[in-house]
Amino acid sequence: MSTLSINDLRVEVATESGPKEILKGVNLTVNDGEVHAIMGPNGSGKSTLAYAIAGHPKYTITGGSVTLDGVELTELTVDERARAGLFLAMQYPIEVPGVSVANFLRTAKTALDGEAPKVRTWVKDVNAALDRLGLDPSFSARSLNEGFSGGEKKRNEIVQLELLNPKFAILDETDSGLDIDALRIVSEGVNRFAAQGDRGVLLITHYTRILNYIKPDFVHVFVNGRIVEEGGPELAENLEVEGYERFIKAAAAS
Amino acid sequence: MAAPVMEAVEALESHLHPTPSFAIDDHPYPKGQEEIWRFSPLRAMRALLTDAPSDACLTWAESYPEGVTTRVISTAEAQLMVAEAPIDRVSALAAARSGGAQVIEVPANAELTEPVSITLSGTGQHVWGHLVFSIGAHSSSTILLRHEGSASYATKVDVLVGDGARVNFVSIQDWDDDAVHGGHHSVLVGRDAQVRTVTVSLGGKVVRLAETAKFAGPGGSLEQFGLYFVDAGQHIEHRLFVDHNAPHTHSNVDYRGALQGEGARSVWIGDVLIRKVAENISTYESNKNLVLTDGCRADSVPNLEIETGEIEGAGHSSTTGRFDDEQLFYLRSRGISEAEARRLVVRGFFADIIRRIGVPEVEEHMMGAVERELSVTMGSYA
Repeated sequence: MSTLSINDLRVEVATESGPKEILKGVNLTVNDGEVHAIMGPNGSGKSTLAYAIAGHPKYTITGGSVTLDGVELTELTVDERARAGLFLAMQYPIEVPGVSVANFLRTAKTALDGEAPKVRTWVKDVNAALDRLGLDPSFSARSLNEGFSGGEKKRNEIVQLELLNPKFAILDETDSGLDIDALRIVSEGVNRFAAQGDRGVLLITHYTRILNYIKPDFVHVFVNGRIVEEGGPELAENLEVEGYERFIKAAAAS
Repeated sequence: MAAPVMEAVEALESHLHPTPSFAIDDHPYPKGQEEIWRFSPLRAMRALLTDAPSDACLTWAESYPEGVTTRVISTAEAQLMVAEAPIDRVSALAAARSGGAQVIEVPANAELTEPVSITLSGTGQHVWGHLVFSIGAHSSSTILLRHEGSASYATKVDVLVGDGARVNFVSIQDWDDDAVHGGHHSVLVGRDAQVRTVTVSLGGKVVRLAETAKFAGPGGSLEQFGLYFVDAGQHIEHRLFVDHNAPHTHSNVDYRGALQGEGARSVWIGDVLIRKVAENISTYESNKNLVLTDGCRADSVPNLEIETGEIEGAGHSSTTGRFDDEQLFYLRSRGISEAEARRLVVRGFFADIIRRIGVPEVEEHMMGAVERELSVTMGSYA
């Protein structure tokens, strides 16, 4: 049994006019075997939640805690959090010129496992993962994210998800900018990961479209730095029809 | 009346560059404020700027593929066999006091599968040197010129590339810490020739190279790649000048450096002149510097002088900065430690240049050299 627990998380960023609070007390528990969707309008702070949990230096945690199986993540460095079992699929994966996908994957796998993967099986595993995401084996020789199309970047994130196989994955708007074929392929990857049964998924999205392919167990509506409503998959269907308007008004009124 | 005016315009030398000349008096001892000397460590370079005789030589280790010949020519003969006359005092002294030039010739139409390899090593002597590489028309070759050991070395290197030839000219400065190396590498790109130069400067107290190139006819293509890794107290300076003096020519310059340690200093000057005659040319120059620690200084000055608007394209870029936080975050979010992430980024930064060398064992050696440099500030590679 594995648990990612977020308690009263408060986060601010530095702006020209001083620090600004983005997350205003977030509470959320994700158990293994569960898929949670966080849905919210632009600027609600849902991406901030993802990056703050992963430890991006831009965000300062001013209160609360994030624990993974009891380990306080906020006291760990970015790479220590990953080694504790956390993975963040990014909305805008970063280009690292001159570092091949293959080298990057092997280096990450070695760092996570504490030993280099076995050469023979590893190359096979990488090629199989690429193939499942509809990518050619030659893809692994390319510079990481450099010159990748938007779809290739997202597929590459899911290749990493499958090969690195963390305990918990946060997917930050993995669906944005994908055509329907890529969306289906990427969703299948996430579903394979979740189907292992002992992994947790936190799916952050603006649109309900991806929820046609990935069925969440829980849906959270995120507005103005906190979760304002929680429910099952029916909440997403509700949002599809009504939009976020009702929640934005309620948040403004409170 | 129009024709003489045109000629007068064409005869004008670029204001950024001194007039090339073999006469030592045309290159007075610099005071330090001169445009071409204002970044340079004159005191450390004194021996290279002082007109004093020396018969000393570097030790040569050569490997010439079949067909490649070599001979020595007199100083007077050498003046007639250069890509360009010396552009500064160091190279003027080198040409005048070297007692002649060593000529290495790749015959016309040769297809060399092995590199022409020359390793010059010193044991602390002061040397004036002049090398002329004559690359025959329509030949294909790789030239490897390596510098090792310790020396005070002033040099003039000319690379004369025949029409239609393809050459990859690699110069590696892998000196010991106390070496001082200054000089002028000049390339003459033949009609329709394809020239690539790779300049790698790693070791030495001072390395200061002027690298100039011009075209002997239309259609030539020039790629110049550079890599430097500057440690504490080191001064590494590359001064490039591409003279687009013929139409339908192409140039691309990409130099990348990393600096680490107190007093590490790099200078990169990237000048391009597009003359009125040089219609339909394209040029791009880029310099990137990665500053790894405090106490370093990187000067990067690209200049474009354009005398005709009838060109395909011209541009330049220069960046100097520390590690990209977003790159490090991305790598570390996959469990990779900060030190390892930095190493990956630096290796990636240089890998693009190193793969241009085209000689696998030298490429491996250079990746290893970068690795060793990195271990200075980032700990040894696990």
